[in-house]
Amino acid sequence: MTINKMPTGIAGLDHIANGGLPQNRITLVSGSSGSAKTVFACQFLAEGIRQGGGNGVFVTFEESPEDIRRNMAGFGWDIQRWEEEGRWLFVDASQQADDETVMMGDYDLGALLARIQNAVQRIGARRIAMDSLGAILTRLDNSATVRGELFRIALAIKEMDVTAVMTSERADEYGEIARYNVEEFVADNVVILRNVLEDEKRRRTIEILKFRGTSHAKGEYPFTIVPGQGIVVIPLSAIELKQKSSNTRITSGNSELDQMCGGGFFRDSIVLVSGATGTGKTLMATSFLAGGTTNNERCLLFAFEESRDQLFRNAIGWGVDFEQMERDGLLRVVCVYPETAGLEDHLIKMRETIDEFRPNRVAIDSLSAMERVSSIRGFREFVIGLTSFIKHREVAGLYTSTTPSLLGGTSITEGHISTITDSIILLRYVETFGEMHRGLTVLKMRGSMHDKNIREFTIDGRGMHIGKPFRNISGILSGNFMYVTPNELDRMQDLFQDDMPPSLSSL
Amino acid sequence: MDNYLLKLYITGRTVRTERAIFTMQRLCDENLKDHYELVIIDVLEKPHLAEMDKVLATPTLIRELPLPRRRIIGDLSDTQKILNALGLDTGSAGESV
Repeated sequence: MTINKMPTGIAGLDHIANGGLPQNRITLVSGSSGSAKTVFACQFLAEGIRQGGGNGVFVTFEESPEDIRRNMAGFGWDIQRWEEEGRWLFVDASQQADDETVMMGDYDLGALLARIQNAVQRIGARRIAMDSLGAILTRLDNSATVRGELFRIALAIKEMDVTAVMTSERADEYGEIARYNVEEFVADNVVILRNVLEDEKRRRTIEILKFRGTSHAKGEYPFTIVPGQGIVVIPLSAIELKQKSSNTRITSGNSELDQMCGGGFFRDSIVLVSGATGTGKTLMATSFLAGGTTNNERCLLFAFEESRDQLFRNAIGWGVDFEQMERDGLLRVVCVYPETAGLEDHLIKMRETIDEFRPNRVAIDSLSAMERVSSIRGFREFVIGLTSFIKHREVAGLYTSTTPSLLGGTSITEGHISTITDSIILLRYVETFGEMHRGLTVLKMRGSMHDKNIREFTIDGRGMHIGKPFRNISGILSGNFMYVTPNELDRMQDLFQDDMPPSLSSL
Repeated sequence: MDNYLLKLYITGRTVRTERAIFTMQRLCDENLKDHYELVIIDVLEKPHLAEMDKVLATPTLIRELPLPRRRIIGDLSDTQKILNALGLDTGSAGESV
């Protein structure tokens, strides 16, 4: 017999669970304090009700139903209405404050089981959530009786034609599965929620530890809790590389750069522009957007470093009128300060904005600003998650990345995404005999010929102008300049055939 | 003396529940004579009552009256402890009846 999966409806979770939680079985959801166990349990029922997965019974050992109704309202789950409609039913096993209780001799949990069975039957529930086992184990002395009785309840639930989630506490983020060894009676399927402190930042992850007899994605996946939505799992490594590839060229917004790239960027490619501060990255992003709007393409800019006013003023300085573009409905500028949220939240908001605005082009200035608010691992996941999302939408993307040193050097951003971007353009300061110049080169252009020269460029009131290659300097990329004498240069030119397209010789 | 309203929750008719019922009836007859009402509730037949009273375990004895409400969870095997828990200490109770 194969094990069917019940889609949970929790965004991203079904993806890493290869379809959902094992149907008609119990899944233990274990997590430390504050790891969103109750949210998970509620969302499991809420999505079932909202997405046609059946009605749900919530057995609460810890919080009162009134608390749960109130705490979950922020996610847009109107539990009270569902209760009135007979789609959600509480079995309140929480501690009753007003009663004195005396324990005396043997007992069983027959009443609890009868109440659960009655509740499931009354509303024809397909899902059960129990939150949390630790609360009842501590309240009833964690005796052998309670453990035996919980085991009996678990067995009875398996016979009920329902899919169940039970939550349980754990002491350490990386330790035993759960306190009180509850996994011994709900051992088939285990999901672990973590809330790890990493470099002074909280990072939530979800891991499917095991699904007995059926498959799932392995390892930890970041998730975040979004108001109005609940848990959103970000399935990074589960994202498939199946985006289409286009041969259509689009303008970079600068005709000289288009020539260097062999006719422009590809329509659904990601371009990384890397350079030190002040080398012209924001300018490149601006002309990339301006180039799009002149062709009636919709353009979206995420700005993480400069305010709206600064950006608009800069653009005017280069002859680009962002305000007019916005009035035409072709441009949207989203300015966010990286510190305002965690990376997962940024990622989800950016994805929502992209889905809502449906741009043809997206520019991010600068991606490396996000390095500040995350651990290296979190940042890598962010970049990969964002890039694959953009690529799936078949949108042209341009990211800028700031290198930490003025001369030469690479940034963490480049290290992480150089392999998933289609093109890399480097902007560098070049020092020549007491003067600073700016240089530009197309380092990589996937699927196309491109100019291999490092060319000098200037910036004026109409934007960027790309000129002749630096002929008598070497070591620009590394920042260790060497000046080459003209004689040697002539000799080198005789040795190597120039593979540049003829049109570029005129530059 | 106060009138007692007692509810005894049980699960099905097992040896343990029969013994609990028997113990309670005897205790009430000996100590409360006509001043009590003992309601036996089987959770398998009336789970909604268990839901209302938030009963988890069986046997559970609830003293509804006199207030405050009090719960005794367990098989009611220790008569003296039950009397204490119900506020029916035998020495004084015997005199007042």
